[in-house]
Amino acid sequence: MFSERMSPRALLLMLPLVLVMIAVIGWPLVDTIRLSMTDARLAGTSGEFIGADNYTKTVSSRNFQSAFWATMRFSVWSVSIELVLGVLVALLLNQRFYGRTLLRALMILPWALPTVVNATLWRLIYNPEYGALNALLTQIGMLDAYRSWLGEPSSAMTALIVADVWKNFPLVALIALAALQAVPKDIRAAAISDGANAWKRFRYVIMPYLIGPLMVALVLRTIEAFKVFDLIWIMTRGGPANSTRSLSILVYQEAFAFQRVGSGASLALIITLIITVLAVAYLMIMRRFAGEAR
Amino acid sequence: MEHQSRWFRLFIHLMALLVALIILMPLAWLFVMSISSNADLSAKPLRWWPNEIDISRYATLFDRSDNSAGQAFMASLFNSIKVAGMATIAAIMVAIPAGWALSRNPRLGWVLGGIIATYMLPPVALSIPLYFILAKFGLLNNVFGLGLVYLSILAPFVTWLLKSGFDPIPKDLERAAAIDGARLDQMLRIVILPLAMPVIATATIFAFLLAWDEFFYALLFTSNQDAKTLTVAIADLAGGRVSDYGLIATAGVIAALPPVLIGILMQRSLISGLTNGGVKG
Repeated sequence: MFSERMSPRALLLMLPLVLVMIAVIGWPLVDTIRLSMTDARLAGTSGEFIGADNYTKTVSSRNFQSAFWATMRFSVWSVSIELVLGVLVALLLNQRFYGRTLLRALMILPWALPTVVNATLWRLIYNPEYGALNALLTQIGMLDAYRSWLGEPSSAMTALIVADVWKNFPLVALIALAALQAVPKDIRAAAISDGANAWKRFRYVIMPYLIGPLMVALVLRTIEAFKVFDLIWIMTRGGPANSTRSLSILVYQEAFAFQRVGSGASLALIITLIITVLAVAYLMIMRRFAGEAR
Repeated sequence: MEHQSRWFRLFIHLMALLVALIILMPLAWLFVMSISSNADLSAKPLRWWPNEIDISRYATLFDRSDNSAGQAFMASLFNSIKVAGMATIAAIMVAIPAGWALSRNPRLGWVLGGIIATYMLPPVALSIPLYFILAKFGLLNNVFGLGLVYLSILAPFVTWLLKSGFDPIPKDLERAAAIDGARLDQMLRIVILPLAMPVIATATIFAFLLAWDEFFYALLFTSNQDAKTLTVAIADLAGGRVSDYGLIATAGVIAALPPVLIGILMQRSLISGLTNGGVKG
């Protein structure tokens, strides 16, 4: 009697959520769209309507293009390494060894560590004078002179990616491990007795179980990575020479540091559009995956 | 069973050890920094374990005398608890009825899709109008205002989690209760809530951790001890004039402690939430 038709009761139950979401999401979003077509500033003028000017200026600006590619580099590298490492570690965690329960438990730690603390920790590790990375590499003889990992454009992005991978690969590993544990044991045993080698077993026996959860993890992690702000803000503030300035950092600077709210809003909506495409991809994968599971 | 050679078993153990070291070393170093003296931290070659354990920075941060670093830090700690607590409670309250309605009305699937999509919105897309709205109502640099803003993240997220958590609860009980003439609120309170308690508890913890972690809005909308949260306080320490790296590490340890303890204690339900929540739709 509840599932057959959409009752007024369901609408009543939805009402508080709908009101909250209109107030803190719907209205601001519409207002961002309005602002993106004005030359409003943070303080003072409320802005005149200038049509699509902000958009054409934003898309053709060098700042946008460099931030777009920095965001892409960060997202593609972080997420791919997290996925590969996550699957490898999940395969490891699925083996039998001493301390397996403990190692599985450890995987929750980087996930639980707040992003800001993670960023701060790695900033300290990369410190050019007192950082642990310089000390470690020098003491084992892999580095001659201390380096400023976050201060050089050649290494800053890599340093950020390492910090992001360290925090997020364990989550991918846990997701992949849950999927591995769903592979029926008799199917694996049958594949072994049929003489399938390790690669074939992975490809034809394990992969079908992994692919759904991994696609979900891939899209969710990509969306997260594309929004990246905290990590970069704390570790490099977008430097050196803007080499790590992501799109979110650029919006922050444009709208709140330079107070150009109109063009900041247009930039924010361009990011939103890209993320919406990813979100739609996510929902489609979910639908397909849910269809297969049934 | 699969035959495993000795070399293979050795390889597995070595790899497990390597993964454990990769995960533990940065965390251990954060802790070691927090108990090392400045002399040890700036020694070359760097000392990996302090000559003398120095816990004075914990005392510094917990010292609440006027105008001390500890006072500002403790204020931000309490602000974080207040903001995250308020936002979590409000989010759970609107999400329980909504999540239940979504779970029992498959036709509302598109609404759920919309809710998931809003959760994925980048905060920058809302930040500018939210700034103007908070300014208009005098809620900038205010824990209540920030809590309200956090609802934009928590409400859709918790609704999504609860909806998938409510799905496996059988509908027969509701039918029976309806036949017995239970009102809507009675049905929710007496029939659904007790069964859904574990799901709600997990969702509460996820929501609290999400709010505890938040940085972007807090950076934008708070400016001093009245509302600054722990994440902003740590960013100030890390990016500011403070050159006492041990103090920064100590603040990090304290901020990380609640979520890490929750993570360890609630491991099982968190992992099943993390691995199923995203997959169920």
